[in-house]
Amino acid sequence: MWKLEKRPTPSRGWAIGAPLLAVVMTMIAGGLMFALLGKEPLTAIKVIFWEPLFGEFSFYYRPQLLIKGAPLVLIALGLSLGFRAGIWNIGAEGQYVIAAVTGAAVGLAFYPWESWIIFPLMVIGGAVGGLLWALVPAFLRVRRGTSEILVTLMMVYVAEALLSAAALGVLKNPDGMGFPGSRNLQQYASAANKELIAGSGIHWGVVAALVAVIVAHILLNRHIMGFNIKLSGQSPRAAKFSGVSPGRLIFFCLGASGVLAGLAGLFEVSGPAGQITIDFNVGYGFTAIIVAFLGRLNPFGILAAGALMALTYIGGEIAQSNLGLPGAAIQMFQGMLLFFLLGMDVFTNFSLKRVKRGIA
Amino acid sequence: MDGSSISLVILIASLMVAATPILLAALGELVVERAGVLNLGVEGMMITGAICGFIVGVESGSPVLGFAGAAIGGALLSLVFGFLTQVLMANQVASGLALTLFGLGLSALLGQGYQGVRGPTSMRLDLPVFSDLPIVGRILFSHDLMVYVGLALTVAVWWMLKYSRAGLVLRAVGENHDAAHALGYKVVRIRLMAIAIGGACAGLGGAYISLVRVPQWTEGMTAGAGWIALAIVVFASWKPVRALLGAYLFGGVTVLQLNLQAASLPLVEVLIWLSTATAVILLIVYGLLRRSGRQESASGWIKCAIVFAIFAAITAIFNSIFGINLFRNETLWLSMSPYLATIIVLVVMSAGRAPGSLGRTFHASS
Repeated sequence: MWKLEKRPTPSRGWAIGAPLLAVVMTMIAGGLMFALLGKEPLTAIKVIFWEPLFGEFSFYYRPQLLIKGAPLVLIALGLSLGFRAGIWNIGAEGQYVIAAVTGAAVGLAFYPWESWIIFPLMVIGGAVGGLLWALVPAFLRVRRGTSEILVTLMMVYVAEALLSAAALGVLKNPDGMGFPGSRNLQQYASAANKELIAGSGIHWGVVAALVAVIVAHILLNRHIMGFNIKLSGQSPRAAKFSGVSPGRLIFFCLGASGVLAGLAGLFEVSGPAGQITIDFNVGYGFTAIIVAFLGRLNPFGILAAGALMALTYIGGEIAQSNLGLPGAAIQMFQGMLLFFLLGMDVFTNFSLKRVKRGIA
Repeated sequence: MDGSSISLVILIASLMVAATPILLAALGELVVERAGVLNLGVEGMMITGAICGFIVGVESGSPVLGFAGAAIGGALLSLVFGFLTQVLMANQVASGLALTLFGLGLSALLGQGYQGVRGPTSMRLDLPVFSDLPIVGRILFSHDLMVYVGLALTVAVWWMLKYSRAGLVLRAVGENHDAAHALGYKVVRIRLMAIAIGGACAGLGGAYISLVRVPQWTEGMTAGAGWIALAIVVFASWKPVRALLGAYLFGGVTVLQLNLQAASLPLVEVLIWLSTATAVILLIVYGLLRRSGRQESASGWIKCAIVFAIFAAITAIFNSIFGINLFRNETLWLSMSPYLATIIVLVVMSAGRAPGSLGRTFHASS
């Protein structure tokens, strides 16, 4: 008879071991799934995890890793702050979309004037858009006690409706011959989020993600706000006694995640995506939730998790075109990863003890 | 306003159809939350139920078997969540989100060969004599079976929670799992059963969309219905009959939205009328509450009434005096309406008391 016993303090070894074990288990379960789909499991796994990094065309895929990873890391960092404090922003997708719209709108308002000031203004426009979109649920939660989980999520659908209205209406390219979608920002020099080093994939979003990792690390470990966040998550009662204002914490956590999701959206629309279209968003806001947990809500962990998740995205695309693996299988693969991680987490806080069955 | 193109009778009848998937899912989630478990995976279970039901329905040609398959599919998926949160004691919010993400992927994978396939013929249940009655007949007696199942389930859940022993045990587990454990109830086992029931109900709700409402399979076709169901549980203060009310309210918004698009009524006028009517209704409720001496709860209603009245007034002033139509982009506003309505309702209604152990992890220390 086995029994789970609570550890006095969380195990440090398992804190690192659980995500790694989860990745291995996902590979095994994923391999089984691929086999069921009639694909050679080992080949599929190799295509997903090896091909983008060291394969024949890795010169093309490696930059793609940074392009996909940057928004995931940016969004996940913001989410992790709230998740630590028990504030659940699951509508980052909405903040990401709105910021792309507002940021692109700022840039397009200046078209065709060229100046160095336009791009910074767009960044501010995007950040403010994401911030405002996230402050609505924060305000409702603080003033009315409305569940931020549901409001942030509902606002994703509202944001998507606004996105398609913008793509078909206000932001539609006047020279686009009736096609939906805005002007391509990549063709507007002052508004383009260009590659900083040619062929490397590094754009301003990648830089922002790396800076954000360091800022988040400092915030969590060296700043009173970070302490308050961690305290509120571990013991809300203790936090209340020490004078942490729950309202301010909610505003900070949701606001910060809104800004970061907003930045991700802006860098995406002005860079890799290039324009506002109906199907601009591809679910980074939701995948970032997996990234945040996989990275154990730790900034450097999130960096690693973002890279891994970007790898599955790109590997998945390769597997889709080379092996005919359906795209949905990759989505399921990512969902499984989160399942295994959450399951393995039990060993961080509990140890498995063998108990002799005796007289109760 | 010209409302003749929208028949009230048909409106109510189609409202009941639109509300049924949300109602089924919300009732299931209500049972789960009453047992003290917060399962945010409703959307994932619904979409899985939608595809499982559709596949079984198409392959067997029988919608009834389809619904059974959907219930089993939803329940099996929910037990993954159950295993994670109850046995491995994982965080419920995170596990629920994982369930939704996983369910969306799983359904897309299962549904690969079923895009554009026609569903089995539906199972309309016309009660011969009753359905010919003038108004009541169309509203009450000419729906498909699942509409009645939804209504019956509401009564059943209400009765079970209020009067049966099983309901009492379930509520005890949800209110205080440590006390329930001390009394000798198997907390984990009871919660797992509740989770499976919730999954089955969500599956039925999803299958209703893919087998009856649409009836076809498209990826992501539940479009947030699971999340609206979650909102309704909060709105309903964890009471089944109020969940029915909430689901019908949202059914109403959805149907009105579709009808407005078809009838090409100017949205701005409809909104002015609707919000004025809502303000009046809220005022009446306020009056009734004051009469019965419940000052505290009355003040909330009057505030809402004022908000709706101000909204109606501003819209009307802009529209008729300044000639500015605030709701010119009607497709936009109509497509946002179910989600905006959810937010507004969540904000306006201060929720009742949640079950005491909701969302907390249970670990028997001895």
